[in-house]
Amino acid sequence: MYMYKIGVVGDRDSILGFKALGLSVFPVTQPEQASRLINNMANEKYAVIFVTEPVAKEIQETIDRYKSVPFPAIILIPSNQGSTGMGIQEIKRSVEKAIGADILFGNE
Amino acid sequence: MAVMRVNPTRMELTRLKKRLAIAVRGHKLLKDKRDEMIRRFIELVRKNKELREQVEKELTQALGDFLMARAVMSTEVLEEAVMYPTRQVELKVSKQNVMSVDVPKIDYEEKSQEGLSPYPYGFASTSGELDGAIATLSDILPRMLELAEIEKTCQMLADEIEKTRRRVNALEHIMIPQMEETIKYITMKMDENERASRTRLMKVKDMIEERNIESSG
Repeated sequence: MYMYKIGVVGDRDSILGFKALGLSVFPVTQPEQASRLINNMANEKYAVIFVTEPVAKEIQETIDRYKSVPFPAIILIPSNQGSTGMGIQEIKRSVEKAIGADILFGNE
Repeated sequence: MAVMRVNPTRMELTRLKKRLAIAVRGHKLLKDKRDEMIRRFIELVRKNKELREQVEKELTQALGDFLMARAVMSTEVLEEAVMYPTRQVELKVSKQNVMSVDVPKIDYEEKSQEGLSPYPYGFASTSGELDGAIATLSDILPRMLELAEIEKTCQMLADEIEKTRRRVNALEHIMIPQMEETIKYITMKMDENERASRTRLMKVKDMIEERNIESSG
């Protein structure tokens, strides 16, 4: 079986640390650049792409495009500015989509 | 509910009844599928939420450490330090079938070179914060990958549940009532035709009898 890779996309300072772990790190500054990069990565052998929340916010459409296919899995991670709650928001969205009502977060 | 445009014939009636039976069976199956998917989804999404909260918390912490490391070191030194990692993480992925949805299954494999420290740099020019940050990051990584798997599964299940729900609703509220209505319409129409022909026959019989009486009398 072919080995797949893990990619990390985000601003340089947030993601540099992952490089030491052996992940492929792609620093980006422009949303268009990030969008193109993710499309390219999807065609290559990337199974998981971690994207920092501030970048993900700018390229929502690109991320939504890969939601219905098994690979790549695009997963939001907080940047070094801390979490914006966007990742949790995404979970909430899929709950609402599936069930029609928010059953997990209603009591908070 | 609108009646379909069909000819009220016996053939059409048999055809429709067969279709209705299939639709009802399909509806039941789809409904079961939907219920089971929702059950699984709720289980998974709970786990997803927990895991994400945990990972986000720890990751924020680790990135904070990293930020500190970056603050005390120059950009060049930092980049140089992480430039050549001593290990590599590779993924083995396969597809898993959950309720006829292909979801990813991710196993990872870490390749580290024997005899090398997990830190790809000498300790002289780097700060202690960097060591800490990298240690935490490598602790979190397995959980990040687990999160990736679960979150993707949730997204795909949500998608499929939505589709199945639409199908169930379309069958339940449109297809099945429409067919029932049409079957009723055809039955009534045929009964009506039968009654019409019966009265016509009776009328004809009466007329013949009348003529017989007249000719004999």
